[in-house]
Amino acid sequence: MAAAPSPTETATPRAVGATTSKSPGWRTVALFLLPALLLYGAFVLYPITQSLRYSLFDWNGLGPLDSFVGIDNFTRAIRADEFRSALGHNLFIVVVSLIVQIPFALGLAVLLNSKIRGRAAMRTIFFAPFVLSEVVTGVVWRQILRPDGLVDRVLDDVGAAGLTQGWLSNPDIVLFSLFFILSWKYFGLHMVLMLAGLQGIPQELREAAAIDGASAWQSFRNITLPLLAPTIRVSVFLSIIGALQQFDLVWVTTGGGPIGASSMMATFLYEQFRRGLFGYASALSIIIFLLSLVVAILYQRMVLRRDIEGAGAGA
Amino acid sequence: MPDAAATSTIDIDPTSAGRAAARRRRLVRLLLYVVAIAVMLIIVVPLSYSILGGFRSNAQLVSAPTGLPDPWVFGNYAAQLGSGRFWREVVNSTVIALVTTAVVLPASSLAAFVIARYTFRGREPIYGLFTIGLLFPVAVAILPLFIVLRQIGLLSNPLGVALPQAAFGLPIAIIIMRPFLRAIPDELQDAARIDGAGPLRFYWYVVLPLSRPVLSTVAILTIVTSWNAFLLPLLVLIDPAQHTLPIGVNNISTQYTTDYAAVLAYTTLAMLPALIFYAIAERQIVSGLTSGAIKE
Repeated sequence: MAAAPSPTETATPRAVGATTSKSPGWRTVALFLLPALLLYGAFVLYPITQSLRYSLFDWNGLGPLDSFVGIDNFTRAIRADEFRSALGHNLFIVVVSLIVQIPFALGLAVLLNSKIRGRAAMRTIFFAPFVLSEVVTGVVWRQILRPDGLVDRVLDDVGAAGLTQGWLSNPDIVLFSLFFILSWKYFGLHMVLMLAGLQGIPQELREAAAIDGASAWQSFRNITLPLLAPTIRVSVFLSIIGALQQFDLVWVTTGGGPIGASSMMATFLYEQFRRGLFGYASALSIIIFLLSLVVAILYQRMVLRRDIEGAGAGA
Repeated sequence: MPDAAATSTIDIDPTSAGRAAARRRRLVRLLLYVVAIAVMLIIVVPLSYSILGGFRSNAQLVSAPTGLPDPWVFGNYAAQLGSGRFWREVVNSTVIALVTTAVVLPASSLAAFVIARYTFRGREPIYGLFTIGLLFPVAVAILPLFIVLRQIGLLSNPLGVALPQAAFGLPIAIIIMRPFLRAIPDELQDAARIDGAGPLRFYWYVVLPLSRPVLSTVAILTIVTSWNAFLLPLLVLIDPAQHTLPIGVNNISTQYTTDYAAVLAYTTLAMLPALIFYAIAERQIVSGLTSGAIKE
């Protein structure tokens, strides 16, 4: 993904070498890049640099930017219990996503890659929640999980009234509920990614293995899984970054509550923003960005490099 | 999880071991269907709860939230459809999605074109600069963005949503387009050059027409992302007359905390356009996401 040395470059050296070696001159190049760079500079890069600047000040967003506090906003964030627990909640979502959601998506992708009847319809349905907004998703699930909502009523009806919970109001449970909702919305994306990866694996390999007497599990473990690894790694990467930056769905569903039990770094940031603590909130956004960046770089160093060594199976 | 390869290979085996294996395979298959159907229910039940819930009264929602509404109540949907608010928000969401797309497509395709087809100093750093934007979503950049928009007077202006959204949409658009544009045969570029066509004419007369599939993929992803956006419109569009659908859904759900039926009716109406769009463009949404994530 991001900034990876592109595999296509090595795959089609001719495209790079032959005609493209002729540069049309920097003026032409600049002209082509100009609209994108202007837009990107004004609304992405410039705000990031401003964020860095604001983060060094105690500022309410309105008055002059004159109360320089150095790295106080950063130390304050790192020491704040609310921020630490928010970070913990993000990490919780990261970990359970990797342990539960990704294998689940993989399983369903394998299922849909088999000759099961109705798989086209299944794929359509499994992926559908992905196109809904997180707001709609959050509001629907809030209705379903509210006290005496659908889940509670169904539990009542089947005689399991003892299992009813404050699904979104019990601090011990709310994170699991949110994880479930997030998975409900996003497992389809990972499933579709892995399905595309599976369809790139030649059927003959597994047929050959079956002829050699490999069991279904052996062929999955020794052929499918290794060849699918690049796709899985992309999925894992998207999942980690998404979980670190989660905002909309949590904000709409629980607002980070009860009493901060489901707060995320981004919802905590937004609260400080609304309180007018612009310097502090800027420091928080820098921290979230740096965390994502570190994860991305580490991931690229440790994992994506192996893809390039591990032959062209992935690309 | 077992897969189909083994199932398809050996079907005629008269021995009892073979029959046992066949029985086991049938059992596994049955199990797979059970899992698949369970997952489908988990997806479909919440959606149909929302759709059907809009046809219930609040009393029904409390006393009998399952099964078909009895009797069907049409007042919730009628009230929302007749309020003008829903249609206004549909129009606002549509306008912003279209403007965002109209900005993203030319900006990203021009940039992706030179990045994919020419070598020039600073090409890879510039590409890297764009891709790094993936790590900086709107939710994280919201504060300085808000201040920038305030400075240049774009608060309470749909452009204040569309332009930043287009900017944040550039990374994924360029990542999706680059391999596609690179795959255009060099011969075409040579021929164009021999005919005296410069890069701009080559881009306009050859590359753009050939890129229609990838352009529509990017357009569709941009529309879906814009349509679903929440935080940026929430902060920028202060005037309720400019609100988009996600803001409307969130407002309704916090205003009518006890009128569950109204909330469900409105939420259902808000998700229908997205679901219809998905029904039409499923293939492109899926292939766009998979090519964007896997090819590069």
